[in-house]
Amino acid sequence: MSPQWSAALAFVLVAAVVAVGTLMAARVFGVKARSKPPSRDLTYECGEEPEGSAWVRFHPRYYVVALMFVVFDVETAFILPWALNLGPRGGGLLLVEMGLFVGVLLLGWGYAVRKGALTWQ
Amino acid sequence: MTEYPWLWGGGFALVLITVLMGVAAWSIWFERKFAGRMQNRPGPTQVGPAGLLQPLADLLKLIQKEDITPTNADSFLFNIAPPLGLLTVLGGMAVYPWAPGDWVPANLNIGILFTLSIGSLVTIPVWMAGWASNNKYALLGAMRAAAQAVSFEVPLLLTCLVPIILSGSFRMGDIVEAQADGHWFALWPPGPGAVAFVLFLLCSLAEANRIPFDIPEAESELVAGITTEYMGMKFGLFYLAEYMHTLIASFMGASMFLGGWDGPGPDGLHWLVLKGLTLYAGIFWIRWTFLRYRADQFMAICWRIFVPVSLLTVTVAAFWRVYA
Repeated sequence: MSPQWSAALAFVLVAAVVAVGTLMAARVFGVKARSKPPSRDLTYECGEEPEGSAWVRFHPRYYVVALMFVVFDVETAFILPWALNLGPRGGGLLLVEMGLFVGVLLLGWGYAVRKGALTWQ
Repeated sequence: MTEYPWLWGGGFALVLITVLMGVAAWSIWFERKFAGRMQNRPGPTQVGPAGLLQPLADLLKLIQKEDITPTNADSFLFNIAPPLGLLTVLGGMAVYPWAPGDWVPANLNIGILFTLSIGSLVTIPVWMAGWASNNKYALLGAMRAAAQAVSFEVPLLLTCLVPIILSGSFRMGDIVEAQADGHWFALWPPGPGAVAFVLFLLCSLAEANRIPFDIPEAESELVAGITTEYMGMKFGLFYLAEYMHTLIASFMGASMFLGGWDGPGPDGLHWLVLKGLTLYAGIFWIRWTFLRYRADQFMAICWRIFVPVSLLTVTVAAFWRVYA
């Protein structure tokens, strides 16, 4: 592993230790209740006993959003190396190529807007 | 640095995280004072002179609270989410340069990609927290949070492309060096940088779940959103992560668009800190001025305005890079 990556890994590890350590400190110093009525550890639902589970099926519009995200995120993944190679020399061709790619994508974006995929109904 | 990379990275992390946590903690004091002045009230006054010891009192309170995991919750995911949330926020700072030369924990040649990829993981702990709580409010908050975070991820990445294109490098240090002598990307070339800078700040607010995009919490409609079931230090970690995220986003903005450590007179850390903290205070100003957007409104803002406009800034920046 190159020294730069070792340093980055060490940084992330220390960050993880700090994050977990704070919770551990709270475990040690936190008070503990002597009596635990069974209703105490229920999830909150305005003071009533929770009605059923919250692990339910959900509205599909979130699926459309996730789909749009994947499309544009992959697009960005393609743009990133392209952006690095842009320069005065040979850049014109690169611009045309990316223009075609993004153009197709924008057509799809326009279609999604017209179909109402981006409006929450 | 080259001889002991582990020691350098770890030691840098320890010092940096301590300082940033201090800044984040006392920025809560500052924000409360600031908000108090805006609303014609004094803010915290009781603990210490001018309420300055309030963050310490809050920390003591949080750390002493009893740690309860609801019986219906998925206890593993429920407990792992808060530290993971803080980790995804802190990890991105591993490649952030603080001053000219070697003042960077890890000088990766793909630095900005590293930050963005770790930063985009923040969706996962938020969603984890909401789902594992087994609470309807938390689930609603988490659903909206996931939708918001993945949506604003797209314009955020695209706006980050503008400094990448203009500087021709992924390395954070190179991006700052490319703006030396006042050629800040927010000012020059005119247009794309300034627009991208504003969009970057707004998308960062959305990623950090701050007003006007604090949908995951939305206390007036979802009780406390994803943090409904969290208490004590676990809640504290989410709260801290939100402030850290905002702070780090301010510094990222300062480095990528406002020239980082470049400024009149000697360059150095002082300029970076000044710019970063000014942006940070600006975000507080936004928070106490604007209202929260509705869930459908922010989706419309993101996909109909932010995405096409950020694509446009990338196009203009690319043409500038090739022909100017």
